[in-house]
Amino acid sequence: MLAKRIIPCLDVDHGRVMKGVNFVNLKDVGDPTQIAAAYQKQGADELVFLDITATNEGRKAIVETIEAVASQVFMPLTVGGGIHSVADMQNLLKAGADKTAVNSAAVNNPELITQGAKKFGSQCVVLAIDAKWNPEANQYNVYVNGGRKKTDLDAIKWAKQGVARGAGELLVTSMDKDGTKSGFDIKLYQELTKAVNVPIIASGGAGNIQDFTDVFLAANVDGALAASVFHFGELTIADVKSQLSQNGVIVR
Amino acid sequence: MIVVIDYDTGNTRNVKKALDYLNLENELTADPKKILAADGLILPGVGAFQKAMDSLNERKLVPIIQAAAERGIPILGICLGMQLLFDKSLEFGETNGLGIIPGEVVPIPENLGVKVPHMGWDKNRAVQADPLATVFDDQFTYFVHSYYVATDKAKIVATVDYGVQIPSIVRQDNVIGIQFHPEKSGQVGLAGLTKFKEMIQNEDYSRN
Repeated sequence: MLAKRIIPCLDVDHGRVMKGVNFVNLKDVGDPTQIAAAYQKQGADELVFLDITATNEGRKAIVETIEAVASQVFMPLTVGGGIHSVADMQNLLKAGADKTAVNSAAVNNPELITQGAKKFGSQCVVLAIDAKWNPEANQYNVYVNGGRKKTDLDAIKWAKQGVARGAGELLVTSMDKDGTKSGFDIKLYQELTKAVNVPIIASGGAGNIQDFTDVFLAANVDGALAASVFHFGELTIADVKSQLSQNGVIVR
Repeated sequence: MIVVIDYDTGNTRNVKKALDYLNLENELTADPKKILAADGLILPGVGAFQKAMDSLNERKLVPIIQAAAERGIPILGICLGMQLLFDKSLEFGETNGLGIIPGEVVPIPENLGVKVPHMGWDKNRAVQADPLATVFDDQFTYFVHSYYVATDKAKIVATVDYGVQIPSIVRQDNVIGIQFHPEKSGQVGLAGLTKFKEMIQNEDYSRN
């Protein structure tokens, strides 16, 4: 059976990896290839690169970054952030990415998912969803534009729609949990795993080793993504996997 | 010289990047002369079976690859490149393959409680002695596929358990197929590519 995946996320701006908390106090912390190689050595199962470059001119840099990383690091690479067209996807896949993650652009134009899946196969199209619980409507709302803009979309329904359109994987961030280090949003992922039959990557809220065990055991997600706990060296991937293994979760 | 057969498929360049990283002399080309003069061939592939066969046919590469297999040139098919080595595929109707290894490409059953595509790291189990089995036995490698090969047990070197036993490595003399992506499987994947190079040098086409 497939191993559960531990996935570090790297925020990339103009070809450099940035670290910060909630996009504040961003610091340049290094070269993407070197950091990716270090994660490969630690036992990461996949890497997600999030292009946080704000300008269109800067977007070419992410293609060069992926080209460089893919020449030195040999594991699955997913790229998200600022992908608006099939041509954007193609450029990244050609550079060595294995999957492209679409978020706001897919909300604005769901046809983008269909077109990408038709051209490259579902396995290349990840639907990234930023979701936040709305107690009044009793649903998770989808947010776009880096979580700044609320939409009326129900995240569970949007996930189903995305999969029906050909998304081969979901990368779902809980905005309620993101940055809190209080654990993953178990309820959100339980609802998602019931709703769709594609791999689901949980994101947002990882604070300690137990959080990873909890989300895999309680919600049966396929992967768990984290940024700060790995970047700042609070947890090592090896320690996380060691505890997962002790709890009967299959890891590499 | 290893020739990576260039027929406009997805992961060609990633395979080349891995060979370059390992300093294994290689060339990406569709030139029949170079293919038939190669010490070893790699047939990569991502995407749909029929489209891949169409691309090989457009480039008139089908008889060339068949001739290379016949002459005993070591061939390594990766992912879809492995599936192309077989007689036919049932993906979107029925499409003839290269017909080098007997067998057919069938869908992974969806009624076994597993997700399709089979995407992620899965553990190989060697079922026969083989230089590649030594590298990959009990190791996790990276898979992305919705179809798998149904073939004679004698051809299967290693499998993964995914509801059904999926052949992860197959071999018929000088022709090897790998269902996973060694170029995306970290250190162990790179070790497999290095082993293929050693097998070429040792002209070790026979089973141990």
